[in-house]
Amino acid sequence: MINASLKQLSQALAAKQISSVELTQLFLDRINRLNPTLNAFVTVDAEKSLNSARAADARIAAGNAGLLTGIPIAQKDIFCAEGWLTTCGSKMLANFVSPYDATVIRKMESEAGLVSLGKTNMDEFAMGSSNETSFFGPVRNPWDTARVPGGSSGGSAAAVAARLAPAATGTDTGGSIRQPAALCNLTGLKPTYGVVSRYGMIAFASSLDQAGPMAASAEDCALLLNTMVGFDERDSTSLERPIEDYTHGLEKPLHGLRIGLPKEFFGEGCDAEVMAAVRAAIAEYEKLGAKTVEVSLPNSHLSVPAYYVIAPAEASSNLSRFDGVRYGFRAQEYGNLDDMYMKSRAQGFGAEVKRRIMIGAYVLSHGYYDAYYLQAQRIRRLIANDFVEAFKVCDVIMGPTSPSTAFKLGEKAADPVQMYLSDIYTIAVNLAGLPGMSVPCGFAGGLPVGLQLIGNYFAEAQLLNVAHRYQQATDWHQLRPADLG
Amino acid sequence: MSLTFEQVQRIAHLARIEVSEAEALTTQDHLNGIFQLIEQMQAVDTSGIEPMAHAQDLSQRLREDRVSEADRRAAYQAIAPETEAGLYLVPKVIE
Repeated sequence: MINASLKQLSQALAAKQISSVELTQLFLDRINRLNPTLNAFVTVDAEKSLNSARAADARIAAGNAGLLTGIPIAQKDIFCAEGWLTTCGSKMLANFVSPYDATVIRKMESEAGLVSLGKTNMDEFAMGSSNETSFFGPVRNPWDTARVPGGSSGGSAAAVAARLAPAATGTDTGGSIRQPAALCNLTGLKPTYGVVSRYGMIAFASSLDQAGPMAASAEDCALLLNTMVGFDERDSTSLERPIEDYTHGLEKPLHGLRIGLPKEFFGEGCDAEVMAAVRAAIAEYEKLGAKTVEVSLPNSHLSVPAYYVIAPAEASSNLSRFDGVRYGFRAQEYGNLDDMYMKSRAQGFGAEVKRRIMIGAYVLSHGYYDAYYLQAQRIRRLIANDFVEAFKVCDVIMGPTSPSTAFKLGEKAADPVQMYLSDIYTIAVNLAGLPGMSVPCGFAGGLPVGLQLIGNYFAEAQLLNVAHRYQQATDWHQLRPADLG
Repeated sequence: MSLTFEQVQRIAHLARIEVSEAEALTTQDHLNGIFQLIEQMQAVDTSGIEPMAHAQDLSQRLREDRVSEADRRAAYQAIAPETEAGLYLVPKVIE
């Protein structure tokens, strides 16, 4: 049961081979046993989870269950969930019990009947690529506990990789679903911007943030995505479009598929063994009937610089709400109102979050706005246009998700710029607003490697199909780390 | 470009984050490293390029001007650091 796919769990629940309560208890027991080593979950509330499981069992017994009713899931602690501590990895929200549900939580739990196992650890306010900026301590990679799981959805990635949960949610602003999926041997999908509601998802950079599933396979991701998407009037950038069934086209043959290989992703800067695994995956696609074509994303080297203007600018505005007045942390001692703000924010935020707020305050300030913020937005347009050109000659773009495998805890923590460069292949996708995936494609030095798939706008179903066919032909995604005891 | 110590203190104030002198020095170092990365943008000629604020070029949706939310003041204020009679309390602003 621990390693079962969502489809298998769904069948077992429908056939009454196991109840949701039993299944939930099975995973809660694993969390109890393994979480002290991994630190993947920051909040677990067994009673709450078991209550949801009992409600799911009642739905199954009454015959009005959905496909995923009763299946346990781990929720990234960026999603507000009513009655649950919702910390976003920060001291600022260490005491914040959400009074409402994010739309993603409402759809997955209240509507689809998934059972929350708890809230997963993450980089503070999703700002990080290693999960080391969390106020609640780093998460360890189940493949090697001396290494990071990636970030910012590091807790979700470690939880699913070590099978503390069958699947999890993540969010991706610059690679935060895809990079940890790559480093932990998972399948992760960042949808097109606007497909999944951002309501109740604590905002980092609002024009880039997007939620998506993290699981063992493309099929699991398709089932989860079905429960997450849809128009939401509470999110001003939510898109009104027809609902799709993402499992529908999974089996389509790939014959004639045109794979674009951006020459900028296959040059220097990527670990040789990672590159070898990525190239082997592309060769496998050729065996499945796909053709490759070289494409160019000439401005992709500007994606990291432009991102580190745009994302901090939006973050400095979004995080101004944390002022010690309405919720969250307030300093113990202070003088006047301004001093209360300054001390509450100084003590409530960690170093990386402060850095990004300050970058944002600077690039938006008088005299620097045009040179930094507007210039970054113009470069964002150039980057998006590069993809438009590339998709004229290919259906899907492939390359590495991350330039290296999981690095050691502490290895990049002292140098922000080195940390930022670990998202060099993922950030352009967020700037353009495109869907992207990471799919397990092999190992380098015993550590997982991810293949990145980038699709055109709203091509989630196609990406899942392309990933699924590869997973029918290979078994990288089925490999699990040795049990941690 | 290189940020001076005084500029870092000014930015910290704009962001309403108290920083000690020691913190400001480390921050100055880190921010200058990050701005070195950002400076790569300045070599690019972007004249005539429309800034892209958003992934989808859509106009802001409007809704009918009517009450759509229930009154949940008590639940929202229950998690505030300090309230009284339905008001959020902060240090005195006007003497």
